[in-house]
Amino acid sequence: MTEAILEVKNLAKHFGSKNNPLKAVNDISFHVMPGETLGLVGESGCGKSTTGRTIIKLYEKTGGEVIFDGKHTDQLTRKEQKTFNQNLQMIFQDPYASLNPRMTVFEILSEGYDIHGLHKDKKERRQKINELLESVGLNREHANRYPHEFSGGQRQRIGIARALSFDPKLIIADEPISALDVSIQAQVVNMMKEIQEERGLAYLFIAHDLSMVKYISDRIAVMYMGQLLEIGDAADVYENPIHPYTKSLLSAVPQPDPRTEKNRRRVDYDAAQHDYAEGEEIILRDFGNNHQALCSQREYDSWKQ
Amino acid sequence: MNEPVLQIKDLKVDFSTYAGTVNAVRGVSYDVYKGETLAIVGESGSGKSVTNQAIMKLLPQPPAIYSGGEILFDGKNLLDQSEKQMEKIRGNDISMIFQDPMTSLNPTMKIGRQITEVMLKHQKISKSDAKKRALELMQMVGIPMPEQRLNQYPHEFSGGMRQRVVIAIALAADPKLLIADEPTTALDVTIQAQILDVMKEIQKNSQTSIIFITHDLGVVANVADRVAVMYAGEIVEIGTVDDIFYNPQHPYTWGLLGSMPDLNEEKGQKLRTIEGSPPDLTNPPKGDAFAPRNPHAMKIDYEQNPPMFKVNDHHFAKTWRLHPDAPETELPDIIKNRYMQYSGGVKE
Repeated sequence: MTEAILEVKNLAKHFGSKNNPLKAVNDISFHVMPGETLGLVGESGCGKSTTGRTIIKLYEKTGGEVIFDGKHTDQLTRKEQKTFNQNLQMIFQDPYASLNPRMTVFEILSEGYDIHGLHKDKKERRQKINELLESVGLNREHANRYPHEFSGGQRQRIGIARALSFDPKLIIADEPISALDVSIQAQVVNMMKEIQEERGLAYLFIAHDLSMVKYISDRIAVMYMGQLLEIGDAADVYENPIHPYTKSLLSAVPQPDPRTEKNRRRVDYDAAQHDYAEGEEIILRDFGNNHQALCSQREYDSWKQ
Repeated sequence: MNEPVLQIKDLKVDFSTYAGTVNAVRGVSYDVYKGETLAIVGESGSGKSVTNQAIMKLLPQPPAIYSGGEILFDGKNLLDQSEKQMEKIRGNDISMIFQDPMTSLNPTMKIGRQITEVMLKHQKISKSDAKKRALELMQMVGIPMPEQRLNQYPHEFSGGMRQRVVIAIALAADPKLLIADEPTTALDVTIQAQILDVMKEIQKNSQTSIIFITHDLGVVANVADRVAVMYAGEIVEIGTVDDIFYNPQHPYTWGLLGSMPDLNEEKGQKLRTIEGSPPDLTNPPKGDAFAPRNPHAMKIDYEQNPPMFKVNDHHFAKTWRLHPDAPETELPDIIKNRYMQYSGGVKE
């Protein structure tokens, strides 16, 4: 069995004071295999973006371990940190806010090469950037333009090109398509899939649009209030959701089909239904085929049926 | 069907900019009937929001120019109304809900006052009656503990609750027409589902007509009775929700339906995309505006703008494909599947 490219163990991130912390990410564990896409879904405020940002060290974690490419991320030497920075990249939701408006696309893309010294000479750098632009569906003339000259979809392509410039092993994509029109979303998602097939990189795809997530992901993790409630193969999670919250979430996704919509039955989720007794062990339990859900032993027995 | 509440006839809206005049809305016509929900879909820049802001006359002039057409409401052409007359109509006969509930609420005013303000302005009603009505409205849109909530400020509400407040304000004057411009786009799916339920419930009770602008086809399938698809400032297809989803005729509608994965779709299948980008409306194309992006385009598509062809009594599409002389086009698989569902459904 191959080793996971990213392993997250009991990760926690708390904000605010020590006495009364806001547990944005509360003891979550998962892994991402090389070349696979893990979709991370949940409502706003559930901690999915914080998880992504903590992994890439934009936030300092409160507890737990992040193991990337076989190394603990908090014990990296300077040199290792630099490799880490190359191999783990991030794409943000708002492509406009994540690009410097005073730099041309060429300057934006060459920054990474300059910092990490990935090129032999200027000619090679120019050539690499041209190739990069073509691989995300732009052309070399675009290199001399500024971000404001592009449409939303094109800007997101620039963001993706920048992430790809280091030839990373894992990209954390935080709602990369939420700000785009439906038809543009499809273009960007198709492109991300193509690039994945070519380069064999892995994605941690954070989103709240569940239909797109199902489409792009191999496995899916569902978060709620800072906790990981359910994780498993995309098809398993969608077709046989175990946790009542996942059921509720899926029942709310509108589908482009009026007949199913007419008969839609929404399931509400109430956290009080669990009624956990004190001392009960609430952990992720396996329901087969690595499909896990957060539950107590009592719930496990009844859900298992 | 019953009589229309609102009739838009050949509406044209231009914007004068430094780069030239943008023909944002190029001859849009549609009716809205009593008690129905008409969904308007299209990409950003297709003119869907401009059309509906024109109904409220919210577009600043300049740069906007109403260069043609009529908007008939209650027997009056809204385009001829003075600003004073429009003030009476806005919020009273026609209300609007915007996408971002935070920016449409006043952060320095208590919720209660924001809801009663509309009533006090438009109706002869005492303050205490207005307050009573505000409590009713808050209950109706599902805000718990309205008595306490009345005295709170917008920042004390969550996104979903704020949008409920906005809906309560929009309904305060019991409008005949409600224009909802992407009311759930900024919300989570679970909250979105709740808000859609609230809107449907209210419509059932009060027979309000709703124009629902969105780009989410899932939401359209959920709320709409009829659907209008807009592209490059024109309506390219209009019909009942079943017409549009199971018997779409315009290649642009095919593209929209194809680019959305549905949850039942097989994995590994590529999403269909619409190649290219929308035309520049400072210089609109001579023929069918969608022709350059249409893999099925014919020669005439580049030369003449097609008229609306009738598919059936309630379904029209603006494409030369429907001309009796047009050759058969090979339908994309996803559309064939939808047709099949349709005919299957009819047999039952």
